[in-house]
Formats: sequence, structure tokens, C-alpha cells
Amino acid sequence: MFYREAGQFKPTYAADSQIFPIRQDRIGIILLLAIAFIVIPGMASNYMFSAILIPFLIFSLAALGLNILTGYAGQLSLGSAAFMAVGAFASYNFMLRVDGMPILVAFILGGLCAAAVGVLFGLPSLRIRGFYLAASTLATQFFVVWALTKIGWFTNYSSSGVITAQRINILGYDFNTPASKYLLVLTIVCVMALLAKNMVRSNVGRSWMAVRDMDVAAEVIGFRLMRTKLLAFAVSSFYCGVAGALYAYAYLGTVEPEAYSLDLSFRILFMIIIGGVGTIIGSFFGAGFIVLLPIGLSLLAHNFGLPNSVTSNLELMVFGALIIFFLIVEPHGLARLWQIAKEKLRLWPFPH
Amino acid sequence: MKLLKNMLLGAVMAGTVSAAVAQQQFIPILSYRVGPYASGGSGFFGGAIDYMNLVNANGGINGVKLAWEECETEYNASRGVECYERLKSRHGGASLVEPLATGIAYGILDRVAVDKIPMTTLGYGRSDAANGKVFPYVFPLITSYWNQAAAMIAYLGSKEGGVANLKGKKIVHLYHDSAFGKEPFPVFDALAQRHGFELIKIPVAHPGNEQQSQWLQIRQARPDYVILWGWGVMNAVALTTAQRNGFPREKILGVWWAGSEEDTIAAGPAAKGYTAMTFNTPGNYPVLDQIRKQVYDAGRGNLNDRNRIGSVYHMRGVTAAILWTEAIRTAQEKFGKGKPLTGEQIRWGFENLNVNEARQKELGALGMFPPVRTSCDDHEGSGAVKVQQWDGDKWVAITPMWVTGDKALTRKLLEESSAKYAQEKNITPACLNQ
Repeated sequence: MFYREAGQFKPTYAADSQIFPIRQDRIGIILLLAIAFIVIPGMASNYMFSAILIPFLIFSLAALGLNILTGYAGQLSLGSAAFMAVGAFASYNFMLRVDGMPILVAFILGGLCAAAVGVLFGLPSLRIRGFYLAASTLATQFFVVWALTKIGWFTNYSSSGVITAQRINILGYDFNTPASKYLLVLTIVCVMALLAKNMVRSNVGRSWMAVRDMDVAAEVIGFRLMRTKLLAFAVSSFYCGVAGALYAYAYLGTVEPEAYSLDLSFRILFMIIIGGVGTIIGSFFGAGFIVLLPIGLSLLAHNFGLPNSVTSNLELMVFGALIIFFLIVEPHGLARLWQIAKEKLRLWPFPH
Repeated sequence: MKLLKNMLLGAVMAGTVSAAVAQQQFIPILSYRVGPYASGGSGFFGGAIDYMNLVNANGGINGVKLAWEECETEYNASRGVECYERLKSRHGGASLVEPLATGIAYGILDRVAVDKIPMTTLGYGRSDAANGKVFPYVFPLITSYWNQAAAMIAYLGSKEGGVANLKGKKIVHLYHDSAFGKEPFPVFDALAQRHGFELIKIPVAHPGNEQQSQWLQIRQARPDYVILWGWGVMNAVALTTAQRNGFPREKILGVWWAGSEEDTIAAGPAAKGYTAMTFNTPGNYPVLDQIRKQVYDAGRGNLNDRNRIGSVYHMRGVTAAILWTEAIRTAQEKFGKGKPLTGEQIRWGFENLNVNEARQKELGALGMFPPVRTSCDDHEGSGAVKVQQWDGDKWVAITPMWVTGDKALTRKLLEESSAKYAQEKNITPACLNQ
């Protein structure tokens, strides 16, 4: 009844090919952005910002990157945390060594460095596929963390290998409160999500999906595999690199290479599995789920008086059970459930 | 749906339960009781909670009782930050925080200064945080890594009959390949240069389950001593691999995160003769007996196994809790006895801490840890350690007196490093006189 597109005609090609063709969707997204930009900064506590909203946004950006690589281009990758690490340490070094470097440029340059590393470690994808590629990206994960620990130059020869991220200062305005950091991260994530959505709708995205579905056939009809796959690695690593830089600058404040461990790579992979592989909104669902679930479980268990160690182990069990559940019942994840809900809403209240 | 409703209800309730109870000092406990370091974490935090229960059983600190809430960090930096943010304003505000994890300590280092909550980092974390002018809210109490490293060389020197006799000797630094393992490099390098011994650095990749190649390297090098700077499973593996390669464990000196029952019992007979640093003299103390009687017999003991009372980590936790309560007591002397204090006031308490031997005797902990006297310049308060040896059954102290290393050198390195940090962060070093 409410979600009908009756009466919404598209007189131009531009109107026809917009991201949200249905007016209700557009209203919904504008409302969501209004809440995110205006209502939440006014209402939320510092705890909500620094422990829930900012990590949620940062992880959705990283999940977006991995979704582009694994979901759209079909290249299984277990090295996303390594690319985040490259982005973080590269941004740190640019800020440190280049006088007067604007921080947003440092983030972009950090992302580009991560993209370069991504292209380098994506070269095996030209020869191997599937789980073997996962093994080679696993090598990336270990190698990058090892290199950052070993080569003192990356951490400015700090005796403990820990870097302290510099202050975020854009055009004279200091982003040092949780609310301002949240708005900065939100802006960056919105811009990059829009970019990602447009990329996957375009020829580039279609080439990725063709490679994912059947790469031999894609090559036969003229897609250049090397270019497509390496572009997927580059774009995905760029996103992960920017996410990593934000993780260091806007969330933790000080990082050591061990913070970007294999555990984080797996978490990001779980985010896209649960959220929905191959969708943009799935990255957000998955990130929200994985960020909120431990907190929700611990609050819940606390109210039932369970000791904390039980909660942590319970969390692992719940995660595992959920992943199995999703892989069996709905392999396309929460995004597919959302899509089904919207489809049903279109017919509501009629049954068919 | 019902689960969601319960979760939301639980979240709302958790928020409202914090109606501030008067006459109470709240301490958030960022503990880790799961994961690979669970045995250490459960021992330490168990000890701290046991002592706090003892204090409460004896009427609190001038009538102010201690309250705490635990949050599981799993030794993970982002979980630790989330736990800290969640608990810091509960129940009237956090008095102090002790994460017992370098990653988490670094993650909340900048936040504690803004939130005005003192953080103690007993025996780990940033060594240069001893400079209170640059790090007013961080207290690496008793001693830090650099002073420990200096004390290690001093002890090895004393075994040779004098530090000068270390000239020409070979010392291997077998370290966990992480920020933790590389922490003592500046001190070891400086001392190697000064005293003329050869320092060979051999890293062990995390987690250190397999060290055959490293110990083969050590066998070829034939060093005089091996410093084991490890954490977690690496320690037990190092000892068993050393036994397999025929390297006498008496020549291995471990850092204090490699010197607990969890490491030696796991290594079995291979650990006999192994020495490690500690800032607690092993043995029994009146305060531990009080804990057994007033806390465990009353059914409020935190550890499941009573035999762990007096173990290395448990004693460390009791030490930490003693220092916290003494700091709160010191602050109460200045700001008002018998009323709950703010983080800023307790910070003053930490900066003017004086737990001397007379006070230790009153507490029933004489000789348990070195006398601690802090000041604005020196947030460590001691810098002294002991060396203990595993006799196959328990730890025994083999240095009757407290050992200190070259504090002048560590002070110099500390000031350079904290000056660099102050420059990076635009801090003007100054004492907070409050």
C-alpha cells in the first residue's frame, strides 16, 4: 500500500537509471541521512559515538572494500586487515614526513599505497582461483604485518613499534571530540559508499560480476581479465586502506601492527558473509551486526548475571551458529532478507 | 523479536542501574578471562578483586567502600577501548583504570588524560610514562620495562662479579616479535655498548609454538646468558626447546611476563633452574592469610582454586590493589577523609604515593613488593625488582635484596623519549599541581 510505484514515471534516462528509482526509497534514504547527520550528533552520548557508531562506520567501509573484491569480483581474500594496516601506516608516514600535508590528502595517499600493495599481492589471482587465492592473500596478511613490525622506518623507529596518530585538523578546525570525528567518518563513508555503488552499477562493476560468474566466458567475450582483477584488488584495497587510516586516526588513536591481525580479516569476512556478499547495503548490515552483537550479548548476559568469561565464549558460539545458519538458510545474507522484505512490502497488504 | 526486546530492555536497565550509591569509589575492571592469556588475567584480576573485597570487609577506606564492574576485553585493543568508554562514567565515574594489556593501554592513553582518570600500568606499557610532566595521568608503578631491562643486566653482571666483567660476554635477547618484545632494545643496546658485551637479538614470531631454529642458532652462538622476553605459550615452548638443545636453564633469565606458574608448570621438568624477574617476593604474607580467612572463607573469593592464592599473578593483582587503595587513602588525607573522590584527586594520590616498609608492615605485606614512592618526575616510584628461580615445585627468590639497574641511563632515555612524544603532541611538560 505504501511502497507502490504506481504513478512514478521516468521521463528521462537519468531518472530511469538513478540509484533509488522509487520515490519512497529516496525519501527513506534522505530521512536516514538526516538522522545520521543532524539528529544523532545532537542526541547520542560520547560512548555511542566512540564505541559503537565510529567503529560501525569504519568496519562498513572495510566490509565494502572486501565486498567489492569477494562479492562482486569473486576473488576470495583473507588479507583485508593487512590493507587496512598499509593504509594506516602510510597515512601516518605521509603526515609525519611531509610538512603541511592535509589530512584528507594523507588518507587518500594512504589508500593509494594500500591499492598499490593490493595490486602487487593480487597478481597471483591471474593464475589461481578460489581457496588457493585465499591462501595467497593469507600470505599478504602475514607478510604485511611482519614487514611493518620489522622495518623500523614505518613506525618512525619507535622503540615499541606503536604509532600515535596525529591530530585531525582540516582547514584549521580540530576534529578531537567524538561527535566531530563521527561526522568526519560519516561524510567519508557516505561519499565512498556512493562511489562504490556507482562503480558496481557501471561497466566496471559488470566486468567484475562477469569475472565472478564465469571468468573464462568473460574473457571470451572480451573482458581483459588482468585489468579487471587487478582493478578489483586496487579498488578494494583503497577502501580498506582508507578504513584502516580512519581506524587509527578516528577510533583508536594509537596503533601497533598487531591490531590489524588475521582475526580482524576474518571478522570483516564474517561481516560480508552475514550481511550479504555482492551487495553494498550488505556491508553495512554485516558491520552493524558484528559491531553490535558482542555489546548486545554482554549487556544481556550482564542482566542475567552471567560471568563475563561465559559471555565471551557465548559470543563465539553465537557467531559460529549464525554463520552456519546464514550459509544454509540464506546464503545471500541479511541484504537478501532486506530485499525480500521490500518485495513483500510492495504487495502488502495483498498476499500476491 | 523477543530477544531484541530483551536486549533493548537490558540495555536500558543497564543504563539506569547506575544510580550513584553514596560513599562508594568505583573502579572499572577491564579484565580478560578468556583467550590465550586467560590464566594470567584471571590470576591478576582475581587477586585485585580479592584484596578489594578484603578492604571492604574491613570497612572500606575510611568508610568509603570500593565498587567495581568487570568488562571482558579478551586482550583486544578495540574491545578494551569499548569497555573503557562504556564503564568510565558509570556509578559516579571511574576512579582509576588498569588494563594489564599494552595494546589497550596505548589505545586509552590519550583518553585518560582528557577524561581525567588515572591509569596504572604495573610493569608494562610505555616506559617513558614514568615522566609525570608529559604523562600526568599514566603511572607505570613499581617499575617499567626499561628499568627491568637495566636491572636484568645489573643482575647478570652481579653473577659475573661486577658489571665490568660482562665485557666480552655474549647475551642473547630472545624476544616475542612484537612491540612488547622490542621495548627493551634502547636499554640493551646502550648497556651493551657501555659494558662491552655482545648482544644477539633473536625474534620469535607470535605465538612462538615452534622455536627449534631459534634455539639451534643459540646453540651455535654459545652465549653466556639468554634473556627470555616472551609472553604466553612462547615461554613454555622456549624452556622445553632449550632442554632439547641442551642449554642449561640456569642461564636463562626471563622477563616477568615469562616468570609465572603458568609458564613453568606447562614446561614441566624442563623449567627447573629457570630464573625470572619479578616485583613480588614469592612466599606467604599476612595479607594473603587475611584474604584466605576473611574473603575465601566467607565465600567471596574470586578464584575458583584456592591454591592459586599466592601465585605470581595473584600476588601481582594484590599488589596492584594495595597501591590503588593506598593512593585513594593518600588522596583522602588531602581532599577529605571518608568521602568519594574524583579521578583528578586520586591522580594526586598516585603522584604522592609513599608506601614505605613501615606501611607495608601495617598492611601485612612487608617485603612483598619494593617500597614505592612516586613524585611528579617519577611515576614509577621504585625501579627495583627481584630475581626468582623455579625449583621444580615453586618459585624461590634468589636475590635477598631488591635489585636496581642503571637508573641514570634509563632516566636519560626516558626523558628523550617523552620529550619526543611531547613534541609530537604539542604538550608543554609541566607538573599538575593539584
